[in-house]
This record gives sequence, structure tokens and C-alpha cells, in this order.
Amino acid sequence: MARFLVRRISLGVVVLWIITILVFVMFFVAPNDVAHRIAGRNATPATVAVVRHTLGLDKPVTTQYWHFLIRLLHGNLGQSYFTQQSVSSLLSSRLPATLSIMAGAAVIWMLLGVTNGVISAIRPRSLADRGLTSFALFFYSLPTFVLGLAMLNIFFYQLHTHGIPNLPGSGYVPLTQDPYQWFVHMILPWITLALLLAATYTRLTRNSMLDVLSEDYIRTARSKGLGEGRVVMRHGLRSALTPIVTQFGIDLGTLVGNLVVTEKVFGISGVGALAVDSITNGDLPVIIGVVIVASAAVVVMNIIVDIAYAVLDPRVRLN
Amino acid sequence: MSLLEVSDLSVTFSTPDGLLEAVRGLSFSLEAGKTLGIVGESGSGKSVATQTIMGLTQNVRITGTALFEGVDLLTLSRSELRKVRGSQIAMIFQDPLSSLHPFYRVGWQIVEMIREHEDVSKDAARARAIDLLRSVGISQPDVRIDNYPYQFSGGMRQRAMIAMAMALNPKILIADEPTTALDVTVQAQVLEVMERMQQEFGTAIILITHDLGVVADIADDVLVMYAGRAVETADRRTTFYEQHHPYTKGLLESLPAIDTDERLKPITGSPPSLLRLPAGCSFRPRCPYVMDRCAEEPPLRPIDDAGLHRSACWLPTDVTGTGEAAERRRREASEAGSGTGVGSGIDALRRREA
Ligand SMILES: Nc1ncnc2c1ncn2[C@@H]1O[C@H](COP(=O)(O)OP(=O)(O)OP(=O)(O)O)[C@@H](O)[C@H]1O
Ligand code: SF4
Ligand SMILES: [Mg+2]
Repeated sequence: MARFLVRRISLGVVVLWIITILVFVMFFVAPNDVAHRIAGRNATPATVAVVRHTLGLDKPVTTQYWHFLIRLLHGNLGQSYFTQQSVSSLLSSRLPATLSIMAGAAVIWMLLGVTNGVISAIRPRSLADRGLTSFALFFYSLPTFVLGLAMLNIFFYQLHTHGIPNLPGSGYVPLTQDPYQWFVHMILPWITLALLLAATYTRLTRNSMLDVLSEDYIRTARSKGLGEGRVVMRHGLRSALTPIVTQFGIDLGTLVGNLVVTEKVFGISGVGALAVDSITNGDLPVIIGVVIVASAAVVVMNIIVDIAYAVLDPRVRLN
Repeated sequence: MSLLEVSDLSVTFSTPDGLLEAVRGLSFSLEAGKTLGIVGESGSGKSVATQTIMGLTQNVRITGTALFEGVDLLTLSRSELRKVRGSQIAMIFQDPLSSLHPFYRVGWQIVEMIREHEDVSKDAARARAIDLLRSVGISQPDVRIDNYPYQFSGGMRQRAMIAMAMALNPKILIADEPTTALDVTVQAQVLEVMERMQQEFGTAIILITHDLGVVADIADDVLVMYAGRAVETADRRTTFYEQHHPYTKGLLESLPAIDTDERLKPITGSPPSLLRLPAGCSFRPRCPYVMDRCAEEPPLRPIDDAGLHRSACWLPTDVTGTGEAAERRRREASEAGSGTGVGSGIDALRRREA
């Protein structure tokens, strides 16, 4: 297990390193001259040269990359062209909101999806199965912004205009500042994201459970006199989890799109919103910062998923 | 009273292609401490019948009774049935790798079984599991108990399954093709372990197999199934030397003879689809002795005076065994009973239909 961990983490570090090279090539080397863009459209060649020198762009590419990497390792991602704020502090101020949305939504969609999937699998083609599947597919087919706006309309606007206590419609309150307000502000974004993603897990869990429940060892479990609950959960779901964990890893990595829209709809200044704003403004250091943080998150998620595999399956753990 | 008395058991699946009666009017009984061999080709309903008795078949229509110590298992509630499963009647299956949970240690799976039925501590259950593994012939059981199934060889897995099945000293062990997935040498060892456990605990065994050879060594009685029905029941000696049903005879003749270079004679054709059974005797399309009367389904009727030997075939009751004289008499009977003369069943049918 220790060797497995070391191997997996070293691989993760290598992947991250490759990502820094890609980012460097993409943003500093490949496109039109960065110095031109920073110096502005009407800058004289002299100004451009000065900018180029201060940015170290007149040095050989390898030296430039080396400096870029060293700065990165010190957590120095440069400064925003626009607010002059350091990118790392910008990111760390935005990260808690995004992580809050993701973590809460993930808990809800996993619970919802897996529970529904198990119920569907126990009685395939039953009324409950059909009902839950339609429920899941309905939300699955909605665009993020449509569901987000609908939630906002119902639970904020409609409740508010009818004088019923309503949920807050926008903003983020840090957990450390006021846990209750944090929770209340998170409810709508959580539910929106969770409903969108739960369908995948309902279907996946249902199919995975149906496969597993027809396995010989499930028949063995029943023939041992175990209760149906134990058979389904302890023996069935335990085996059905592997594809679910894989999907979870993929979804956390590709959640960006949904996250951006959710943050925008619910007026939360998270990393997703930051990404959109920096791209619109061409704020290069911020874009790079977001890309690197997002890639690092995906790499870390993959390591966690692999560890989860090993924990779940002894054949992976012991080989 | 027998330990287990199954009467007129029928099991029907409803499939997209129609109703499929996998078991039709099956009756048999099992005495305490004895071994009943259930033999038949693939699809004859051996597994469905035994699993139905344990309440393990789902979405089926079941009729008949299965009295275990006088109580009808088919009418028990879920929770009552759970108390029987594992502790009174235990099962082992064909493929020991897929029958053990791949993610749990072998010992954990045995302990789980013990603690489901008995209020004992984990340590006590574990100690018992180690003893059980030792008694089925697994060396270093105190180490092996913490292995996962994939770390065991095929034979060891089946031994572990037997250990688990015997954990609560059940009155019946149902072994559904316990050796089919194993090497020949390992097969013999596993059967020997089962026999030893039977002698030690007095367990009755239902041994399901498609190989009469497996039954030859350890069964007291043999039930031959064909297309969901019992076609012949007898004690072992009678089954091997005085069998009446042409299907039983065919199974015997298809056994590879070890000491002679006689060729293997497989039964021609294949079992009928249960969705479209031939009218009359289901063996008719494959039977070399088919007669006019076989268009009518033969009942399972007594062959000997005591009524212990029963067979579902219209051939005269005094024609039994594989000997040449018996063979001649069968052919004569078949000829006398049919307007079309002797031939392979398939030929005869074809001729009749032409
Ligand atoms: N769940 C099910 N749904 C529909 N038909 C089934 C089901 N289970 C079994 N059957 C059918 O019932 C018949 C008897 O099956 P069974 O498994 O009892 O045969 P078997 O004698 O045990 O054969 P084998 O030697 O292959 O194990 C087969 O034709 C099979 O296709
Ligand atoms: S002789 Fe007739 S009844 Fe007997 S097995 Fe053959 S077909 Fe069936
Ligand atoms: Mg079977």
C-alpha cells in the first residue's frame, strides 16, 4: 500500500510538472508576444523592450521556464494586470466559496444518486424504478442555467414576493464567519448542481447494482441466511461502488462548466466566476493561475480516486 | 418421516418468450445422513429445483410442497426461511471463485455466517473458522483465514466454501455441481472432504451433477432429471445396473470407461427447449426406442415391487440394465409398440412425420 501510494503520488507530480510546461508554452511562447500585449497597442518598441526585459522575456526560453517554475514553487503566480492583486491571494480568497459549492453538492448528489440507484436496482422496472429514473433524467436534461434560474425564481423570488420566508438568492458567506449563513447561502447552488449530476449516478448505480446482484456471491450471501438489507448493502453495493467512484473522479474534474454557470447565477465570487472574468479581460496571470490550480485539483482528485480503488478492491491493494 | 420431502414441485418463470416451466411435478425425499444424487444434462432444472426449496429463485410461480422436518419451506416467511438457510440447510455452488465475495477475506465470510445465526464473539467465531478450515484440509489455517479468495487455488476455494457451509452443522448440504469447475484430481479431493464432513456431522447431502461418475462413489440414491421432470429414481446400485429409463442408460453409456477402450457414446441430439416441449415423452426426439404410445406423457411409475425404483417410460417394467438381452428386449418392445419399426428416435419421428 505504501509503495502504491509513493508510486501514485510521484506519477501525480510528474503530471503536474508536464502541465507547467504546457501552460508555459501555451501562454508565454506560442502566441503573439506577451510583452506587446502588456505594453499596450500603442507602445513604442523601446517600451516593449523594457517590458520584455522586466518580464525576463529576453532571456533564453529554458531560463524563462526555469524562472517561471521557481516562482510557481514559491506560490508566486504573478499579479493581475488589472487589480494588481497577487494572483495567489486572489485565488485563495476565491477558493473557499468554490470548494464549499463542490463539496456540499457532491455529498448531496452522491447520496441522492446512489440511494435512488439502489432502490431502482432492488426492484427493476417497478413503479419506483421508473419514477426515480424519470425524475433523474428530467434534471439531467436541463441546462445548468435553466435549472439555476428556476431554483432562484421559485425559492427566492416567488417565496419572497408571496411573503414566505425565502432562501437567499445570491452571495457567499464564509463558513468561518457565520456557519448558519454559509449553509443557507449554499442550499440553492448545492441543490442545483446536485440535481444536475445525480442522474448519472442513479443510472450508474442502478446498472452496476443489477450486474452485481446477479453475481454468484450474492446468491451465496442469501444462502447463508443473511438479511436482504445486508445482502444488498454489504455484499452488493460494496462491489458496485468501483464504477461509481471512477465517475465521481471524472465529474469532479469536469465540473468546471457547471460551476462557472452556478457561481454566475447565484452571484458567488468563486474560482469559476474568476476564470470567466479573467478570460473576458485577457488577464493572463489570473488565467494561468486558474488553469494551474484546476489542473492540480484534477491530479489530486485522480490520486484520491486511485487510493479509493485500492481501499475498495483488495486485488488492487495487494498486487 | 424423511428429513426432506419434496412433492409435486413445479417452478415457472415468466420470460419474454412465454411461460417457462423449469421444474415440473418433481417429487423426491432425502433421509437424514444420506446422499441423494441429482443428475441431468444442463438445463434440466436441477439448480432451479434446489434453489427454489431454499427460497432463492425470484419472480417465479411455485406450486407443490417441500417439507423439511415436517415444515413446508415454500410457505415460510422471509425471516423464518433465513433461519433455515445456512444453519439448517447450507449450499455450495459450482464456481467457488465467483461464489465467494471477492472483496472480503475468507475468514470474514465464514465469521459472518456464524455470527448471523449464533450469538458468539468475533474471536470465538474466528477460532471456529480456523478449526473449520483445518478440518477441510487447508494448511496453515490461522494464516489462510486472512487471505482473500483470489489468493486461494480453485480446490482451496471450494474447501473454504465447504468449511463455511458446515460451520453451523447443517442437517442438509446442497452441493450444486461442486466439482465441475475443478481439475480431475482436485475433484476427487473435494468429494472426499464432503464425505468426511458427512461422516463427522451426519449431514445429509444433495449432490447435483451432470456426471453420473461423480454420483457413483458417494450417492445412496439417484434422481435423474430430464427437461424439468424426474424421469427415474432409484438407489445407486439399481441406477447403475438395473436402470429402466433410456435416458439414464444413455447417461451411463456416455461415461468414459476407464479400464476398457470402449468408445464414449454420447446421447444424440440435445435437450428440448422448455418453451417448446415436444408433446408426450420429452425424451422422445432423442430416444432410440420411441413407440407410438410415447406421444402420451409417461407417468413416473413403480418399476420394482417395492415401488422404490420408479421410471417415467412406457417400456415394459421388467426390462432393465445395459446387458445385451435387455437391449434386445427393448428393441423388440419398441418394434411391437410402433407401426414404423425400430430406428433412432429421430429417424422414427421423421418417418412418422413424413
Ligand atoms: N431466472 C430465470 N429466468 C428464466 N429461465 C430460467 C431462469 N433460471 C433458470 N432458467 C431456466 O430454467 C431451466 C433450468 O435451469 P437450471 O439452472 O435449473 O438447470 P440445471 O439443471 O441446473 O443445469 P446446469 O447443469 O447448466 O446447471 C433452464 O432452461 C434455464 O434456462
Ligand atoms: S421409450 Fe418412449 S417413453 Fe420411454 S423414453 Fe423413449 S420416448 Fe420416452
Ligand atoms: Mg445448475
